[in-house]
Amino acid sequence: MTYYPELLRGMWVTSRHFFQNFNRFVGRALGMKVKRPLVTFQYPEERRPIAPRWRGRHRLMLRPDGAPRCVACMMCETACPDKCIYITAGEALDGRVEKYPVAFEIDLLRCCFCGLCVEACPEDAIRMDSGYIDLGGYSRAEFYMDRDFMLKDSALTTHAQYRGELDGVVVTRVDLLAQAKQH
Amino acid sequence: MFIDLGIIVGKIAFVLVNILNGAGILTWVERKQSALISDRIGANRASILGIKLLGLVNSLADALKLIFKEDFVPPRGVRVLHFLAPVFAMAPVFFTMAIIPFGPPIELWGREVKLQILDLDIGMLYILAFGSMAVYGTMLAGWASNSKYALLGGMRASAQMISYEIILGLSLIGPILVFGTLEPGRMVFAQNNYLWGWLPQWGVIMQPVAFLLFLPAAMAETKRAPFDLPEGESEIIGFATEYSGMRWGMFFLGEFAEIVVLAGVMTTVFFGGYHIPFLFDATEKLGQAGFHFPWGAYFPLGEWTVVILRMVAFGVKLSVLMWLQMQIRWTFPRFRYDQLMRVSWREMMPIALLNIAVTGLLVLWLAK
Ligand code: SF4
Ligand code: SF4
Repeated sequence: MTYYPELLRGMWVTSRHFFQNFNRFVGRALGMKVKRPLVTFQYPEERRPIAPRWRGRHRLMLRPDGAPRCVACMMCETACPDKCIYITAGEALDGRVEKYPVAFEIDLLRCCFCGLCVEACPEDAIRMDSGYIDLGGYSRAEFYMDRDFMLKDSALTTHAQYRGELDGVVVTRVDLLAQAKQH
Repeated sequence: MFIDLGIIVGKIAFVLVNILNGAGILTWVERKQSALISDRIGANRASILGIKLLGLVNSLADALKLIFKEDFVPPRGVRVLHFLAPVFAMAPVFFTMAIIPFGPPIELWGREVKLQILDLDIGMLYILAFGSMAVYGTMLAGWASNSKYALLGGMRASAQMISYEIILGLSLIGPILVFGTLEPGRMVFAQNNYLWGWLPQWGVIMQPVAFLLFLPAAMAETKRAPFDLPEGESEIIGFATEYSGMRWGMFFLGEFAEIVVLAGVMTTVFFGGYHIPFLFDATEKLGQAGFHFPWGAYFPLGEWTVVILRMVAFGVKLSVLMWLQMQIRWTFPRFRYDQLMRVSWREMMPIALLNIAVTGLLVLWLAK
């Protein structure tokens, strides 16, 4: 018997959504200044602003002279709960550090994006980029990142470069950080 | 003779075109309405030379896709029945629409033309008869598919449709008793009377219980949520599982046509058909067409204006009822099978019988 009042309540909720959005769409079509209809983002034209604390794909950092910061200490590989980091260490010949990663691979399909590798790193050599939401690919191989990819190609997107579009207005990470500070 | 024939053909064409268009547009309405309910935009990607028409082009694309898709008949399926099942599901719907009056009788070339294809004395029985014909569509589809799951789906669908067919029939008896006629045209006419001189005698006011029973039963007949157990698209193996291409499309076009037709029946029986309260034509209020309000105000209108207003009113009522059905479909959760049967047999059935009894007693008592 409690079922029937709930049905009416449900109708009320859905009808409210319907008319609210309908009026806003019609208002917009007529060129009136009304609120944005509550709609999803039209990906890929519009991108959802990413929260400042979002952590995405891994990146390997460089020293100022362009050498990788990583000293192949295996801390991250040890810390990784999913065992998806594979490092092959080689002896560094320049004498400044002992080892460097000959190969450094992460299998993103196994990674749970916990960030423990970033925490574990004593050299601040591995970070997680916050710009990415489109971790997609057509084959498993595309999720297997090697050292050079993480050193060079994945570093292209930085915080400030991320741009999303929301309702025709370009939103940058900088704006978002500013917004986040206000709260 | 030729004029008569022409009028009939014209009426049939008018109704057919309207149902087919209505069903086609409903596929679009459904996508857009569900989108608005859940804060999305809905179909908006397909375009012809950049023209999207608010997503209407998507429906065209859907139709093209269905037409060119492979038309699959399962091996050792019964070919002929497999072919006929969608026809059986769709055709009765169109027949039902034939007796719905969509406008008042008008005078054309010296003849009285009823805006109704078929003027049957037993109209309500005709509606029920063709309504139950649709069961053949689902049952044959299940049988002809040579698949046990589809057969079970067809059985389930038939059981559901028969259960709700009974409620449909019982709930129509109330209005029949009140208006004292089986003929839709006269029923509509009777609804232009007024209780105590001001309350329109619409079916929904005279028989609210019957309406509350008719609406869910009618929705169960369309096999759409919350009664979509026969064909749960992605989750339930239903009677139409072995169908593809346009013959699958016919089942669903039939469903949408059914929405239009049921809205038509509901308008006729419960919402005064083409009537607008207090709008009379020349025959009804001593030769004065126009609005006659009970407090004596009178607003004259031309005879043809009244006719057009009434046809528009019919269209508006139809649209609102279709909107309501869509809204219900996108709000309520699906019933479980035992709940479905319980609602029909143990909750709606006694209420329907009680309604008939009470209505009958009241009619008898008032007639004295
Ligand atoms: S984020 Fe977690 S799971 Fe992924 S590589 Fe780093 S430690 Fe492993
Ligand atoms: S990324 Fe950091 S923790 Fe991992 S091996 Fe290199 S230096 Fe060590």
